[in-house]
Amino acid sequence: MKKTREEKILTFLFILPSVVLIAVFVYGFIGWTGWVSLTNWKDVVPDFTFVGFRNYTDLFQNLRFQISFKNILVFTVLFLVASIAVGLLLAILLDRKVRFENVFRSIYLFPMAISFIVTGVVWRWMLNPGTAITGSLGINMLLDEIGLGFLKSGWYTDPNVGIKAVVIPAVWQMSGYVMAMYLAGIRSIPQELSEAAQVDGASNWQVYRYIILPLLQPITLGAVIILTHISLKIFDLVVAMTGAGVGFSCDVPALFMYDTTFRGNFFAQGAAIATILLIFVAMLIIPYLRHGLKGGS
Amino acid sequence: MIFFAVFYLLPVYVLLATSFKSFAEVSLKDMWKLPQDISLDSFQIAWRGDASKGVTGLSKNFINSIYLVIPATIISSLLGSMNGYVFSKWKFRFSNLVLALIIFGMFIPYQSVLIPIVVVLQKIGLYGSIPGLIFIHCVYGVPITTLIFRNYYSTVPTELLEAAKIDGGGFLRIYRDIMLPISMPGFAVVMIWQFTSIWNDFLFGLVVAQKPSIQPITVALNNLAGSYFVEWNIQMAGALITALPPLLLYIFLGRYFMRGLLAGSLSGT
Repeated sequence: MKKTREEKILTFLFILPSVVLIAVFVYGFIGWTGWVSLTNWKDVVPDFTFVGFRNYTDLFQNLRFQISFKNILVFTVLFLVASIAVGLLLAILLDRKVRFENVFRSIYLFPMAISFIVTGVVWRWMLNPGTAITGSLGINMLLDEIGLGFLKSGWYTDPNVGIKAVVIPAVWQMSGYVMAMYLAGIRSIPQELSEAAQVDGASNWQVYRYIILPLLQPITLGAVIILTHISLKIFDLVVAMTGAGVGFSCDVPALFMYDTTFRGNFFAQGAAIATILLIFVAMLIIPYLRHGLKGGS
Repeated sequence: MIFFAVFYLLPVYVLLATSFKSFAEVSLKDMWKLPQDISLDSFQIAWRGDASKGVTGLSKNFINSIYLVIPATIISSLLGSMNGYVFSKWKFRFSNLVLALIIFGMFIPYQSVLIPIVVVLQKIGLYGSIPGLIFIHCVYGVPITTLIFRNYYSTVPTELLEAAKIDGGGFLRIYRDIMLPISMPGFAVVMIWQFTSIWNDFLFGLVVAQKPSIQPITVALNNLAGSYFVEWNIQMAGALITALPPLLLYIFLGRYFMRGLLAGSLSGT
């Protein structure tokens, strides 16, 4: 629309508060954090002596840093694969015009409405393996009863399982979201396409394999990006469920950053962890945003 | 499908079965059994606290969360509506770039802004206070509310606005007389989304509200569950209290919740 001078000013005024807030609190603060990561601030009292990249080189030598980044890699891969597999499966099952579709959909999706803290507290109780005195508890007890005792595990208390145990509640919480994305995608595919294929003698399986799945690729890409960025930032769930765990077996970068900064007062070091985390997320999100917003307008 | 339904409902079962048991009935061996009698003892202690058990109740924190969520939800939604109006109907040079820069704010790991947040809030005297938390949630809520409203207003036909302009309606008149009256479903989506995410937030509450008396409920629940001498049934009752407000919204207004969810994935564009 053509704008008068007055309208130009009003346009500007309408977005001004938000633009200023975002400029300062997102970009200004990111820059500030980046700068802190180059200083010597490692006490309650700030010390802004410039030390170059020393905090970063120190970090790469740090055992907890190495473990937490290895953990987040393992966690992300398992979480991605499981959430997408479960989400897609549920979407395909629901798409088949089942009875009570609404009920099932609501059941799969309700964990999204709940805080990760609640999820963590409940699953910590369910995955509590118990001790020699109490005997098996939680899921382990259930596995015993249904004759699947060999699946029992120390879950998050076992350093060999560690972060992998946190994948279960994470999938519980997020796979419904993936299902909703896929279901919306499947429903937007014109019916005629699969009907035409069926007329040509394609089986149900073939319709999914050769028509629907290829058309869902953009959704898979979107889901991968959204889930990966959530996974990289995971914090609440780990704090509520396990903490850093035995030998940091459940540790993740976001938790490492929090402990370093606000418990240890190593502000510069914490800023360096945060900056590394941000770089990973940005590498993922910036191409996605460029693509998504271009397509939309 | 039934198998998955069981998987999703299992924690709910545990939550209910554990929290409604009386103290006499709680035994680790019976954790999968339903309570014999429904007892509200655990809820009473989780809500009001019990000095003899060293449990601080969640009631104060529940109220804190309410005080925090309502203003933050309203303010961030209004800002989002104003931005969405501009970014969908009054585009300017580089407006898509500015929009992208705003939206990027919802993806950042908040760890990368936490240290400055603490320093600045301390400087302006809002650190450790509920207004400070409200302010932070307003700022970091802007990206998602802007995105949802921008997508929502994009579906309004531009011809409608042009007709209004011919009738002499300006920027503000169009917003007030055309956009706002049809915005209610958009506000429902945005406000439910904001309510849920601010209620469920943990990180900002943890860092900004150090004092137990002003902590939001998620932080208080984590503290409650973190002390090892608190019985499981009290923990579960606390978890249920914390989960209840967003769950009620989900149950009664799930349709709007779904739309917010999908908007968050940009697939609405």
